[in-house]
Amino acid sequence: MRERHGDFKMKRIYIQEEYCIGCRLCEIYCQVKHSKSKKIIKAFKEEMIDILPRVLVEEIGYNSFAIQCRHCSDAPCVEACISGAMQKNKNTGVVTCNEDKCVGCWSCIMVCPYGVIRRDLSGKKIASKCDLCIDEEIPVCVQNCPNEALKFMDKDAKEKNPVGNKGRQPK
Amino acid sequence: MALKLKQSEFEIERDKNKCISCEVCVRQCSNDVHEYDSDQDTLYSDNSKCVGCRRCETLCPTGALKIRNREDQFKTNYNWTPSHLNNIYRQADSGGVLLTGMGSDRPHTIYWDHILFNAAQVTNPSIDPLREPMEIRTFIGRKPGRIEFEINRNKDPKEGLKDTNVKLKTKISPQLDLSTPIMFSAMSYGSVSLNVCKSLAAAASEFGTYYNTGEGGLHKDLYGYAKNTIVQVASGRYGVDVNYLNKGAAVEIKIGQGAKPGIGGHLPGEKVTGDISNTRMIPEGTDAISPAPHHDIYSIEDLAQLIYALKEATNWSKPVGVKVSAVHNIAPIASGIVRAGADFVTIDGLRGGTGAAPQTIRDNVGIPIELAIASVDERLREEGIRYRASIIAAGSIRSSADVIKAIALGADAVYIGTAALVAMGCHLCQKCYTGKCNWGIATQDPYLTKRLNPEIGTRKLLNLLRGWSLEIKEMLGGAGINAIESLKSNREHLRGINLNDRELAILGIKHAGEAW
Repeated sequence: MRERHGDFKMKRIYIQEEYCIGCRLCEIYCQVKHSKSKKIIKAFKEEMIDILPRVLVEEIGYNSFAIQCRHCSDAPCVEACISGAMQKNKNTGVVTCNEDKCVGCWSCIMVCPYGVIRRDLSGKKIASKCDLCIDEEIPVCVQNCPNEALKFMDKDAKEKNPVGNKGRQPK
Repeated sequence: MALKLKQSEFEIERDKNKCISCEVCVRQCSNDVHEYDSDQDTLYSDNSKCVGCRRCETLCPTGALKIRNREDQFKTNYNWTPSHLNNIYRQADSGGVLLTGMGSDRPHTIYWDHILFNAAQVTNPSIDPLREPMEIRTFIGRKPGRIEFEINRNKDPKEGLKDTNVKLKTKISPQLDLSTPIMFSAMSYGSVSLNVCKSLAAAASEFGTYYNTGEGGLHKDLYGYAKNTIVQVASGRYGVDVNYLNKGAAVEIKIGQGAKPGIGGHLPGEKVTGDISNTRMIPEGTDAISPAPHHDIYSIEDLAQLIYALKEATNWSKPVGVKVSAVHNIAPIASGIVRAGADFVTIDGLRGGTGAAPQTIRDNVGIPIELAIASVDERLREEGIRYRASIIAAGSIRSSADVIKAIALGADAVYIGTAALVAMGCHLCQKCYTGKCNWGIATQDPYLTKRLNPEIGTRKLLNLLRGWSLEIKEMLGGAGINAIESLKSNREHLRGINLNDRELAILGIKHAGEAW
C-alpha cells in the first residue's frame, strides 16, 4: 500500500488564487532555477532555448493562479510511469522524474489530473515537472511571488493560516 | 484630430542588455504603456501613457527599467514651469476642471522641516525607553473640567486607618483608547479598495488604535472590527443608518477635507458596483455625489443639532467629533465646534491627501496643518475650553518626528492616510482619480484590487505603527519625558529654524538658539 501524504508532514505549496496577480514571476524564477547558470539575465539571453517553467499560471479574465505539481499522495504519474523514472520519495513525499530513466512516453502527462507535467523536447525527450526545489529552503516560485499568492507550509500550518486576513481575529 | 500638445512627463529607459522580454511590465501596467512585439521579440514602451507609478520598475526582475522624470520637456523657465504649460495644454484639449489625487506637491513651506525637537542634557536626565516605562497611550474625547472624588476612610479604633476607598464621582465622557497617538484617517470604501479597508481595520485592531471608514459606509466584512472603527457622517450621508453609527467606536462628522476645503466629493457611477452600492446604500451605477456643504448645517447651532442627534442615536456611548479642513479662520471655527459639543476636532491641513480633487483647489486652498494646530490649541486654551475636546491633526504626517512635533504644538493625536497607503505600496503618482491604480489601492478593478494582499498590507501597517511608536518613545525619552501627555502643547520642546518672527509667533515657539 502506498504511503499517505499525511504521514510525511511534508511542506507543500498552497495557492491563494485570490491574490495571484498574474505577473508570472514564479514562472520566470522557476526557469532561472532550472537553467545551467542560474543567473537570470544569462539564463534568458543565452541558455533559454527551451527551459520550461515547471509552474504554470492559468488565467481566465481576472482570475489567475499559479499551479505546479501537487505531489499527490496517490500520484497517478508514478503509477503510470513505464520506465520507473517517476518516483515518489518515501521520506519527503516529493514526486520527481529521474530524467536519465525517462523515455519520453508521456504516460504521466496523460494521467496527470492537474496538467502540470510538460514535454521537454530541448534534448532527449523528457517529462518536465516541479521538483519542489529540494535544495532550497523555500521553492523559488514561493520565494519570488510578490503578493504571497503562493505559500509553502505543511498541512497543519495551512489549517491554522486561512487565506488572507481570514486568520486574523478582530481584537 | 488636432495634435495633442501635452508632453509626456516621464521617459522610460529600457536597458536592452538586461531586458529578458519576460513581459512582467506588460502584464502589470494598467495604462498599457508596454507592448511586446513577438515578431521582433522586443518590448516597446509608450512614454505618453506613463503615469510614473513605478510598478513596472519595481517588479522588473532584472532591473532593466528606469522611469525618469523628463526635465528637458520645455525650455527652462522659472515662471512658466512644465506643470503650468502641460496643465494649459490639457485644459485647452478638455475644457474641464483638472483633477488630481493625493496631497499637494507644490513647494509650500513645510513647517515640520523648520521645527527642531529638544533633548535633555545635564540639568535634567534623559530616559532610556528600553529600560524604563514610557507611556504613549492616548485618550480621545471630552475631559472633565474638574474631578470630584468620594473618599471613604475606614478607621479601625485599634489599628488606626485600615483602608481608604476612593471613588470617582465625576462621570467621564466616552473616550477612545489609543495605544499610540496615531490613527488611520478617513478613506472610504470606493475611493480605496476593500483590501485596503481590510488591511487598515485589521492593523488598527491588532495594534489597539482606530481606522476611519470615510464617507462610504461600512462593508459587512469589517463589522468585526467595530471596536476600532470610527464611522464618518459626511454631507452625502452614504451608508448612514443607526446600525452603521452603532458599528463604530466613535462618530466623525466630516465638514471638510484638507485637500479640498469647501468642495464635496464625487464617486463616478461606474465605480458604484454591487458591494459599493450596498455599502453606500445607493442604486448601482448612480453617481455618488457628496454635496459641498451639509444641507442641514448652515451654522454652529445647526452643527450642534447634528452632534447631539448623533449622540442621542448612539445612546451617548461614543465620542462624536467633527472634521474640518484647516482654513484661514480655523481657530474661531474650532472654538465654535467645541462649543457645539464635539468631543474631538479633526483638522486636516493644506497638504492632506485625497482620492480626487480639482488641482487648483488642492494646491491653493487652506493653510498648513502646523499653523492650524498651533492657533487652534492657543485659542482653545485662551478661551478655557481646550479640555472639552481632543485635537486630531491630519494632513501629511510623514514620519514619527512629524507626529511628535504635532503633539508638542498642541494636538492630542494624528491621523495618517498617505503614510499608511505608502506603507502598502502607494508611489504617489497622483492618479487615484483614474481608478487605474497599479498598486491595487485606489481602484475597484478586480484585476488590480487583488494586487494588495490584505495579509501583507496589515503586516506592513503594523510594522509602520510599531516603528513610529518606538521612535516616538525614543524621542520622548531623549527629551526626558516619560509620558506623551506631558508633551502635549509643550512648545518649549520645539525650536524653529529659518522662520520669521510672525511664523514663530503663530507657532508659539522660539527660534533655535533662543534659551529660556
